[in-house]
Amino acid sequence: MIDTVVHLLLLLLLPPLLLGVINKTKALFAGRVGAPFLQSYYDLWKLFRKGMVFSSATTWIFRAGPLVTFAAVLMAGLLVPLGPFDAPVAFAGDLILFAYLFGLARFFTTAAALDTGSAFEGMGAAREVTFSCLSEPALFFGFLVLAKQYGSLSLTGMLHGPAGGMPASVVAPIVLVAIGLFIVMLAETCRIPVDDPNTHLELTMIHEVMVLDHSGPLLGTVLYSASIRLFVLGSVLLHLVAPFQFGDPLLDWLAFVAELLALSVAIGVIESIMARLRMRRVPYLLTGALLLCGSGFILLVR
Amino acid sequence: MIELLNALLVIVLVLNLFALGNSRILSVIRIVAVQGALLGVIPLLVHERITTPALIAAVAAIGLKGIAIPAIMIRSLRAAEIKREVEPLVGLLPSIILGALATAVVLLFSRKLGAASEAASNMIIPASISTVLVGFILLITRFKALSQVLGYLVLENGIFIFGMLLIEAIPLVVEMGLLLDLFVGIFVISIITNHINQAFSSMDTRELVSLKE
Repeated sequence: MIDTVVHLLLLLLLPPLLLGVINKTKALFAGRVGAPFLQSYYDLWKLFRKGMVFSSATTWIFRAGPLVTFAAVLMAGLLVPLGPFDAPVAFAGDLILFAYLFGLARFFTTAAALDTGSAFEGMGAAREVTFSCLSEPALFFGFLVLAKQYGSLSLTGMLHGPAGGMPASVVAPIVLVAIGLFIVMLAETCRIPVDDPNTHLELTMIHEVMVLDHSGPLLGTVLYSASIRLFVLGSVLLHLVAPFQFGDPLLDWLAFVAELLALSVAIGVIESIMARLRMRRVPYLLTGALLLCGSGFILLVR
Repeated sequence: MIELLNALLVIVLVLNLFALGNSRILSVIRIVAVQGALLGVIPLLVHERITTPALIAAVAAIGLKGIAIPAIMIRSLRAAEIKREVEPLVGLLPSIILGALATAVVLLFSRKLGAASEAASNMIIPASISTVLVGFILLITRFKALSQVLGYLVLENGIFIFGMLLIEAIPLVVEMGLLLDLFVGIFVISIITNHINQAFSSMDTRELVSLKE
């Protein structure tokens, strides 16, 4: 019961901090002081107090987009076990629900973007959908490896793995899947090798371009959902790269939060040392992720 | 130990794909350097306990493949004033897929090879054969002389992994001889590329096939 409450609290409160940590890391690399860690919270608070402006061309879809996205990623967050604790919601086959909650979020984001009637936003929607064609199979191949390995079709079962640590034969496919899922995570959360969350150049934008017309609380919801998405996918990845558990609940929660912050630092480092890929190259990277997860599966079943 | 060995070999395979998908020669040099340095660690993991010959082999491999050879290649890359492989015979994405297909086929069929069961890790043989194949793909599809050298290096890395199977049988002298040959080879090739560059203003091997009168 307490674990469920902590799960909910972390899911709701922690995500903007991750963005703060990423930005701070980038600032340190650039030799700046950077915005405070809590800047994302201030931004959200500011946005939620503002009024909204709606174009007369938009319909209810435009308004529903951010809300459905938020609900979908929040639901996905309830399906994922955090650290060594079980997820609040778990049933056989919930990995498919998990993947398609992200699909639903994407559908409504792109539909809202198309609803504005702006050619610019339509372009972003087209890019988003194109790249997701490659990242979704990679996600499924990764899940397939885990499900096959641990014989469970629920996220809680397949991410926790066996009690006594991983056997040697699993390590190779798990490493492949972890690298593949890391790339998928960067693509889904629109981080640097795929998309740059800071730019507003039409040549390079994917996600930012789709939310240009949102304002006030709706924009806040979009930003908040994006950070929750990072939190959820990051905690999936953490099961693969850091499957530690101490046995003591408090210690385990602290370790989980520390791992998540470390992951954010890693993302910040990658954003600092890498340049954004050219738009033409993004499919190469995602195909690479797909091939890595696929090879992981081959390695497992051979 | 064996978990770490498997993880390392898998990372080597991933680096193969990255080397195939990168058009910047400098990045490929770095990738191959990391791959070489990782391979240097393997002799330490294959043994149950760390022996002096294994330690020497590891240090020599890391020093040569991870530091010396990349440094030479980066120097000659600067001198040659080329940055990227502009037009590979097979595009970058198809060559990634080709490399991944080769890796997958090798992974699937390595069980059929008899030796696989006796090895310390069942990943050594597939990792070595697929690295050799990726080296071949790099050698065949790239036209710049330096890229071809990199293909040759990847090929040698594959052979090095295969040598791990025989680490008990191959004396240290043979291994050192191999590394020395490799080093001298790269050294000579780098000097030659510099001279080619000064004399002909092109590093494209397609233009080096016809003799000038």
